[in-house]
This record gives sequence, C-alpha cells and structure tokens, in this order.
Amino acid sequence: MKHRVRFGRQILIVGSLLVFGVSALAPRVAKSEEDIRIAGDAAGRRGGRLLASLRSDPKSLSPVTAVDLPSKQVLGLLFADLIHINPYTQHTEPALAKSWKMSSDGKHYTLELRHGIHFSDGHPFDADDVVFSFKVYQDEKVHSPQRDLLEVGGKSIQVRKSGPYQVDFDLPQPYAAAERLFDSVRILPRHLLERAYEEGKISQVWGPSTAASEIAGLGPFRLKQYIPGQQIVLERNPYYWKADPSGTRLPYLDEIAFLIVPTEDAEVIRFQAGEIDVLSRIGADNYATLERNQRARDYQLYDSGPGLEYDFLFFNLNDLSSRQLPAVSRKQEWFRRIEFRQAVSAAIDRESIVRLVYRGRATPLWDQVTPGNKLWINARIAQPPRSLIKAAALLRAAGFIRRPDGVLVDAHGQTVEFSILTNPSNAQRTKIATIIQDDLTQLGMLVHVVPLEFHAVMARIFDTYDYEAAVLGLESGDADPNPEINVWTSGGATHVWALSETHPSTEWQAEIDHLMQAQTAILDYIKRKQAYDRVQELVAQFDPVICLVSPHVLVAGKNTIGGLKPAVMGDYVLWDTDQLFWSTNVAGKR
Amino acid sequence: MLVHLLIVCARFFAPYNPNEQHRDFPFAPPVRVHFSDSRGRFHLRPFVCLWLVDGQQAGSQGYRNDCGRASPIRFFMRSEIMREGNIQKASWHLFGVDAPGQIFLLGTDDYGRDLFSRLLYGGQTSLGAGLFVAGLSLSVGLLLGCVAGYLGSWVDDVIMRGAELFMALPWIYLLFAVRAFLPLHLGARQAFLLLIGVIGLTGWARPSRLIRGVILSAKERGYVLAARGFGASGVSIVRRHILPEISSVALTQAALLVPQYILAEVTFSFLGLGVGEPEPSWGNMLASLQTYSILEGHWWMLASGLALVPIFLLFYSFADSLQGCFQPFGLSR
Repeated sequence: MKHRVRFGRQILIVGSLLVFGVSALAPRVAKSEEDIRIAGDAAGRRGGRLLASLRSDPKSLSPVTAVDLPSKQVLGLLFADLIHINPYTQHTEPALAKSWKMSSDGKHYTLELRHGIHFSDGHPFDADDVVFSFKVYQDEKVHSPQRDLLEVGGKSIQVRKSGPYQVDFDLPQPYAAAERLFDSVRILPRHLLERAYEEGKISQVWGPSTAASEIAGLGPFRLKQYIPGQQIVLERNPYYWKADPSGTRLPYLDEIAFLIVPTEDAEVIRFQAGEIDVLSRIGADNYATLERNQRARDYQLYDSGPGLEYDFLFFNLNDLSSRQLPAVSRKQEWFRRIEFRQAVSAAIDRESIVRLVYRGRATPLWDQVTPGNKLWINARIAQPPRSLIKAAALLRAAGFIRRPDGVLVDAHGQTVEFSILTNPSNAQRTKIATIIQDDLTQLGMLVHVVPLEFHAVMARIFDTYDYEAAVLGLESGDADPNPEINVWTSGGATHVWALSETHPSTEWQAEIDHLMQAQTAILDYIKRKQAYDRVQELVAQFDPVICLVSPHVLVAGKNTIGGLKPAVMGDYVLWDTDQLFWSTNVAGKR
Repeated sequence: MLVHLLIVCARFFAPYNPNEQHRDFPFAPPVRVHFSDSRGRFHLRPFVCLWLVDGQQAGSQGYRNDCGRASPIRFFMRSEIMREGNIQKASWHLFGVDAPGQIFLLGTDDYGRDLFSRLLYGGQTSLGAGLFVAGLSLSVGLLLGCVAGYLGSWVDDVIMRGAELFMALPWIYLLFAVRAFLPLHLGARQAFLLLIGVIGLTGWARPSRLIRGVILSAKERGYVLAARGFGASGVSIVRRHILPEISSVALTQAALLVPQYILAEVTFSFLGLGVGEPEPSWGNMLASLQTYSILEGHWWMLASGLALVPIFLLFYSFADSLQGCFQPFGLSR
C-alpha cells in the first residue's frame, strides 16, 4: 500500500498576490508567572499606526474556514501557532510552545506550552485550547483546509493532553521535520468556540459581520473595526506573549490598518501618495517605476532576491486515451520525447526572460529549487547557457527535420505547431510565453500564445486536459521539500503536467516518487538532502516541467519604519509585525 | 492617401521586421535624428547616435546616447537575415543603419521591437479592418436596406425588427462568447477574419436603416412613379433610379463608418480579443499601457493611440467634403 503525506499547497498567481499593511504607554512586563518570549533587539519605540493593503476583503475571519490569501494575511496577525517557521531564517522557532522534545524513533513529540499567557480578551490559555483546536481541525465534518496537513501517511496525528501546559503528539510513522507541521495551525479559544463546535456550527462562526469583541486570539493584534470593502483595523493585543530585551511588551505599533485596494497599480499609486506605508510583493515593472521616482525618497525599496516561486513551462503529458482530444494526443508524441523537451529547454533564452520580463529582478532556473531556498538548493545542477545548436541537434536526433523553408516537421512530415496557454491577468506570464514563442520560432516550431481567463486556464489544466502547453508559476508555502510532494509524485494534486498519472509511467518518475516518499521518513538532514538533490537532478535532466525563472521578492516601505526585514517566504514584510515600529516621532501621525 | 501608401507598403518603409525582438533594447526611447554633430558641423546625411544601456540592468536604469559612435542613416538598403548560419540579403527598405547601430524612430516596446515598424504593420491590420468591416457592413446594410425600403410591408417589418435586435446586441460579450468556443490556437489571420466577420455582421443595422429611409422617400418621387407607370421592373427601378440616389449617402456613410470600425478593432485588440501577439495591431500595441508603470514611464508606447487622431480627422474631413460634393445635387440626408 502506498503511503503518502498529503499537504495543503497553494498555486499562487504570480503578480496578483498580497500586500499588507496596518496605535499608549509602554507597560513593562511585570507578571513574573507569565512565560514571555524575548524577541528582537530592543531598538523599537512604541506607538503609531501602520497602513497596509489587501487585494480583496477577507472571506472569513475564522482560521477554521479561511482559504483565501487576504484572510490568511489578517489571521496571521490575530492568531498564533505552537511552533513557528521564521520566514527570514527559514528555521523553526518556539511560539506558543516554549520547547519540544522528539522521541528517538521520531514518532512522539512532547510540547511544553507557555504558562500564564492570555488570549486577546484576557482569558487564560492552556493545553485544553490546543487539544480543542486540533480536534476541530482534524474533524472530518468541519472540512478545514488544515486537515490534510495534519495527516502523516494517510493517518491522523493523535493529540493528547499530558499536563495543564503539556501536549503529546503521536505520529503514525516517523516524519522528517515534523515540527514544521505546527506552523500556521492557529490555536483557537476554546472558551469562545466550544459551544459552536458542539452544535456543529463551527464553520459558520466569525464571518465578516462578526463584532470585534467576539473574536479573540493569541496573535500580536486583535480586531478593532472592519468596514467591508474599505478597511480592517487591528489594535495591539495587550496580552501578547512577546517582549523586547528591554522588557517592553510587543508589539510596538498601536494599530495596523489594512485598506482594501484591488490592484497592484492602485496600491503603488496610493503608496506614492503616502496613503499606504508598506508594499509587499510588487512587480518588477512597478518596482522600476518606484525606483525612478525615488528622488523625493521617503521610502526604501528592497530586492530580497529570489523567493520560493518558480515559473515554468510544461507540456500536456496526461493520458488522454479516455478523452476525445485527438489533436492534443497526436502532439503528445512529440511532448513525450525527452529530446523534444530538452531541446525546448535548451532553446529558451532565460536571461532574456529575466531582463525583459522582470527587468533583471529574477534569477534563471534549471530545476525547481530556487536560490531563495538556502537549505535545499542543489548547487551542482548544471546551468547550460542557451544553445540553438544543441537544441537543433537534439531535435535531429529525435527524428525531427527542418524543411528548406525553415519549418520544423516530425518524422511523419507533420508541422511542429502547438499553443501555450497563459492568463492575461498575469502580464509577466504572457510576456514569458511571447519570448518562448520567439525563441522556438528560431527552431522552426510554430507556436501560438493563447491568453485565456485564469479560471478557464485552470479548468483546462486540471479538469479537461484540453491544452498543449502552458506557462504557470508555483510557490511553495515552506522551504521544506515535504509540501513539494504533491507536485512531483504521480497522483499528486498539483502534478500539473500529468494529473491523470496515478502510477509512475516512466522510470525517472518512479525514481522521483520513491525518493520523495522516502525522504519524508528520513530524520537526518544530510541524507534527506541527498534524496532531494537527486530529485532536482532528475527534474533538470528529464524536464517534466521546464523551469524558467524565479522572480525576486520585491517590497517597499517608508524610510521611517524600523525593524523591517523582508523575508523571501510567508508574508514578506508583515511576518514580524510585532517588531515593526516608527523610528521618528509618530505622535499625531494619522 | 499618403498614409495608406505608407501603410500598404509597410514592408518597404519600415526599417525592421515588426516581430523582430532586439532583446538588448527593451523600452528604448525614440532616437533623435541629427544633422549636425557635436562640433556643430552640418552633415547632409543624417545620422543617429548609438543607444547605450546605462547601468547593469536594462530597463530599470535607462539609456544614454553615445554620439561618439554615430551611425549614418543609409537609404534604400537591403536587410540581412540569418538562415542556417548564412547571412542572406532580403527585402529592400527605405532607410536603415548598419549594425551595431539601431534606428528606433519611435522607440521600442517591452521586447525591444521597433515601434515605428510595428505602427506601420499594425496599421495594415487596423486600417485594413476598418475598411473591410465598413465595406462588409455597408454592403449587407445596403442590400437589406434596399429590400426593406423598396418592398415595404412585412419584409420591411421583419428586416427592421431584425436590425433593432442587432443594434441591441452587446458586441463585446458576443465576441467573448465566440472566442470561448473557438479552438485554442487561432492564428493571427483567423483572429483577424473573425474580428472582421463579427463586427461586420453586427454592424449592418445602422446603415440599413439609413438607406431604407432614403429609399422610402426616393420611391415616392415623381420620376420613380413615372418609371413604374411605364412598366419598369422593380430591379431596374432600383438599379437605374434609386441606387444612384443612395450612392452619395452610402459613400458618406462609409467615410464615417471606417474610423468607427478602426476604433472597434483597436478596442477589441486592446482587450485581447482581436489580433494576438506577436502580430501588431494598433489595439494590441496599446494593450501594454494598461499597466501603470508603462503608462507612467514610457510615453512613446502611446504612438499608436496618437496615430488614430490624424487618421480620424482625415476620414471625418473626407466625409465632410464628400457630403459637400453631393450637396449641390439636392440630395437628402
């Protein structure tokens, strides 16, 4: 029987992601019985309001049901998890659990919780809240998106209270980097939600119309006001469990307000007008615009280098025998040839994509792990420069012939012609496809770029398989290889190029399947890395997807914001909101 | 006429292939053509300075002129193309410069494609679409207007109600719907034909109503009644007495419709429904202006939008003078 660790995974539409944004006397941490975590470097000052933005209204304010990005952005500030992945270091760090122990067989975890800390409404937090939260998330009837995350080998993780501030977790099998599972599993207030859960109404709680006083979490902020379509205002959680080394309780900011701004262009204009203080995730074009207009310069731009997102071209390798798609099936004869895919990869001018599409703010890729992923990148992957000669030789070897008029035909005399799907809502991807089109024309291929509405593209790729090739971007939620299982193993939910493949159809696919499954149970980092390095080599060699570039993480913020450390994963700017502060006097600011 | 000549002979007047990507020169600003050098000496043969990419990363840093390495403009030169490693002479061009110089009269777009060349070739699509669609909708309108106006009674009712229905159709949604049902790889030419077809077939209603009106008044005129009295057949009455009367209306109508349909093509291509990349059309050349950064930083990308202004003015003044020509003969409009 095949065991599989299933993970939630997001396909992020490049260029249509997030941006964030968001006012006391500094009470010293006095209560000695509180397990306060010391964070930051004591440089901050209290007070002020930060303005950020969201692309749309959050659909829900409940961690149990939220799936959309704006909701997750807000929830990340209202709630806390047991063990947190620091997006900056990419390592785990203690959050609500102050320490944890793993048994020697890797199957049992014991988490020690912080004593004497409180929810934002003042109610004390203990192990019952943790057990309750996991019960809710793992309940099949609740349909929580976290449920998949909390399964190892197809079986649920068992959660037991072993003391008022101690929780035991039993894993069905050893699982590498299991502590990373706890990230983003937000702890719920049992005193507020237990009744709704018992009445079976947990999925209806905390919608957009809920009064701010009814919501409580363990995050740095709590809800103050929400005006749908306009803004969400969060205020400091006075009970937050972190303090800076000088003993000032975090967060520094009094308030964070998120304005609802539907497009990136509008965000940039409002940022330039001073109506928004931070921009996380801006496109290279807008970055260049901001750079040009930086003379008045009361803002700082940050190029954090490649993130975890990778853009790639892939061909339809689904088994179409049960579908009425003769035109696509015929072309699959080419797509299935390794030489064909390698030739396409060799002919693509990645440097030009970097220069023309991302204005130099991207990094070319030959496999799926970006240089942003410091722990898992395989530095030995070859990075051959573009070579039309090599591409032409590969095609000749595979039986393709260049006709005297320059058109490439296959062994049956059929013209090599195919289309690449993109969504015009993503200008970068359409541009990438246009550059690929021009590159492949030089090999004699006839390529059409077909811009379709995003949902139509998704329907063709995931449901009907009625497409020939497509350009897509994927972004992993974590630097760890585990969330990537769904992409690389056959049968995975985002195994985009061959979703129909439930069992490996090629030897290299079988090897990838084996390695990806095996690495989940290897507890040693070095051995695990060897396995994942091999996966990267296989991807680079057999090109199931042709990796192209990884766009850089570009963010901007007012000069006077202190503590801004853009990360390349998670919420790029607002991941450490509890440590952001205004470095100038903000009395009377807004 | 001159404009149309420029556009019809785009191949000769444009210095570059419109789809050729000069990948080292994205968003190059329009080049200045110089007649005098830095020391103020006059040159009979104009020259352009070399664009140098300023800084490490193209696009974000900008360009500067290097007039120390000027490239004189050569007239009547042949372009060279690379095929299978050999350089071959290809088509004739009115002007150009020798490599490594570049002549981007109107600058380049995001892929480094010469906007001047794209403007000329794109004009073929946009003006061509305007003329063809005007022709198509006018002929259908003329035919149906004649039939409705001359025959009257229930035929008139059916055609006119049909025309009202067509006028009420939401064009854009119709085109969205048609596009969704078509096969994926619709070549640029098919997309163009589809565009013409849809706009033309939905556009007959207005001219047909106008022509029907003219015919309704014309068929009650004394000489038409007289011809009928002499036993002339319906077809010959229309051909000999009525058609000459509507020809002036039709021509004026055409001159008014062409710019309207050029604008329709531009709108559709702007929205991504018309001619697809990489083939140029004035609409899809404007499409990239949907983004704030381009609108804000690269004004030369507006070239095709600006080109519409004189073209429209020309057509409207042409329609005016056409009307002026026919007015002395006392024709009704």
